[in-house]
Amino acid sequence: MSDQNKYTIVAAPEGHSGPGFMATSLDKVVGLARKNSIWPLPFATSCCGIEFMSTMASNYDLGRFGSERLSFSPRQADLLMVMGTIAKKMGPILQQVYEQMAEPRWVIAVGACAASGGIFDTHSVLQGIDRVIPVDVYVPGCPPRPEQILDGILKIQELVESESLRRRDSKEYKDLLASFGINQVWKKDEPKTII
Amino acid sequence: MDNNYVLQKIRQYFDGFVLGYEELSGILTITVKPVVINDLVSYLKKEPEPGFSFLTDICGVHYPNQENELGVVYHLHNMKNNMRIRIKTFVTKEYPIVPTITWIYAAANWMERETYDFYGIEFEGHPNLKRILNVEYLDYYPMRKDYAMEDPTREDKDNRYFGR
Amino acid sequence: MEENKIINPWGDDKNYTTLNLGPTHPATHGIFQNVLTMDGEKIIEAESTIGYIHRAFEKIAERRPYYQITPLTDRLNYCSAPINNTGWFMTVEKLLGVSTPKRVDYMRIIVMELARITDHLICNSVIGVDSGALTGFTYIFQEREAVYEIYEEISGARLTTNMGRIGGFERDFSATAIKKLKEFLIRFPKKLKEFENLLLRNRIFMDRTINVGGITAEKALNSGFTGPNLRAAGVDYDVRVTDPYCSYQDFDFVVPIGTNGDVYDRFCVRNEEMRQSIKLIQYALDNLPVGNYHADLPDFYLPPKENVYNNMEALIYHFKIVMGEIDMPKGEVYYAVEGANGELGFYLISDGGRTPFRLHFRRPCFIYYQAYADMIKGGLLSDAILTMSSMNVIAGELDA
Repeated sequence: MSDQNKYTIVAAPEGHSGPGFMATSLDKVVGLARKNSIWPLPFATSCCGIEFMSTMASNYDLGRFGSERLSFSPRQADLLMVMGTIAKKMGPILQQVYEQMAEPRWVIAVGACAASGGIFDTHSVLQGIDRVIPVDVYVPGCPPRPEQILDGILKIQELVESESLRRRDSKEYKDLLASFGINQVWKKDEPKTII
Repeated sequence: MDNNYVLQKIRQYFDGFVLGYEELSGILTITVKPVVINDLVSYLKKEPEPGFSFLTDICGVHYPNQENELGVVYHLHNMKNNMRIRIKTFVTKEYPIVPTITWIYAAANWMERETYDFYGIEFEGHPNLKRILNVEYLDYYPMRKDYAMEDPTREDKDNRYFGR
Repeated sequence: MEENKIINPWGDDKNYTTLNLGPTHPATHGIFQNVLTMDGEKIIEAESTIGYIHRAFEKIAERRPYYQITPLTDRLNYCSAPINNTGWFMTVEKLLGVSTPKRVDYMRIIVMELARITDHLICNSVIGVDSGALTGFTYIFQEREAVYEIYEEISGARLTTNMGRIGGFERDFSATAIKKLKEFLIRFPKKLKEFENLLLRNRIFMDRTINVGGITAEKALNSGFTGPNLRAAGVDYDVRVTDPYCSYQDFDFVVPIGTNGDVYDRFCVRNEEMRQSIKLIQYALDNLPVGNYHADLPDFYLPPKENVYNNMEALIYHFKIVMGEIDMPKGEVYYAVEGANGELGFYLISDGGRTPFRLHFRRPCFIYYQAYADMIKGGLLSDAILTMSSMNVIAGELDA
């Protein structure tokens, strides 16, 4: 192609390469594959959801980062994007949706309301979703511009790329989930109350 | 047909139940006893006169300094003549019962549930009076002036930084 | 097998299924739950639960001075925020008893009609998405980006605009804003025609939407419907015509009405309303009166920044207004504007303090969503989804 310098090619991971082969560590390859094919679950509740719709549309296109297929079922999603205010009535449902996702899973809190309750410091609003689920990236803004949401997704991609393959089985991670009251095994008939 | 005419008709039929009337920002506002709400609203709905056939809004108010603290405010609208009317009724905290108008206007169903949710005013005869917007296990009525806006159980926000 | 017969509350021995639709569901735009009792694919009964995004606006409004309530009104119907903002400012102006110059009225009409267009664009493209036509959605969002650029020129923000002041606007329309408006007015009608061509006479779309989710005019009036849903049922009630505000009486426009109140009628009514909005914006832009872009209200209108930095009196006014230390008159006002979904009303009781004593929003979505459970009875599940998206239920307005 004549315009070779207009296109940037992703650099190959560090490793040893030779004629017809390349040797690198497994987690680098898995990280590269995972980060460019994240399937998000858009958990859009309010105004940030409309900015997400703009991010998905053709002007700011989320699809070019590999997230073309939105999954509305938590069982088939990698990234839970919580966009908008989460009220206390919605807290248990958010936790249920998070539990249904299979490992490895990431969470991004988009907007001021998801990060910390936003301007709604009232009796009915959960002051940040990190009261019920562990969060990886927070995107501030009310609502954040689509470029900011894309910046958050790029940070998620960095996390995905550099994550160790053993992290989800480690004791630290299990303790983290236990501190939120999230069970790894699905138990029926257990009541959940959120303060 | 104007505000004075409607007021005159109401006083003619419901004298004794009307506790006060005034005109605020062009809308006739009458305060009545709770027991007559059904009859008054059915009378106002009749066509062609007075013809207030559209229920615009029902909401609650709390005046802590009055004897009858909790109030319900109804807004009705006559679309043909473009007239609005506001009906207020007040009850006490100990006995907050107001008859329902769900059987007159289907729109009153959720509006009365919202008023119950926020103020604790019980609508006698309502088909499904339970909380609509807040969580079910909330044990107080949040819009009353006795309660603060912030969550009473929060422990993470320091009031010094929030200007409280 | 007589012992194993199940007798259900309907008195027959059919085995009904309970299906939980929501609160998180791709087709419910916003979070609300419907628990459906179904006989196969047919819906027997539905029960709606809302409140999953209740943010207690009315409680917050009792603690905020009047200017700080504008960002709250933004987040009611967040798809058309300028309508909510101007409605709130007009309520406060009615309480104060002030009138605004003609130029302000025309500028307000321009932004309100733009907001109406954006809201109807979302609703119509989402009806397409729910019936499987995804193309319209991606094309139409480009037009929303064009309107976002106009909002950014006027107020600085894309979605939750916080536009205007008590008595007018914070700045006049700049030359860039007027240029972008003119370009929008040339480009948009063609794009709207393209979008309509995808769906309006499309056999599949018509089969899915005609005679689906209908409501009669009497039932609609009794259930408190206003806005395009009521007009699709055949009642020509539009607050801009019945009770003109903000100089709408100078404008000449048509109020489209439908016949059955079904999904197809609502789609067509919203399309036609967008065309009428274009006409209104064109007329307002062509006949924009000369004058000031705000009323003369030193007590309530924030003074321009160059005066604040140089003039002591302006500095004092600025300080008092921002801290909310201005005395408001006592009174009670109910003011209604024609929002994108219907009659958006503000009931304000002021006791003279710096914050309202009581502020209640009459939200059209909350009132007409009650009738949804009745509208889908006896229909199929896929029709229920289309009915919901055609009613344009915005969760922020539903729960407030």
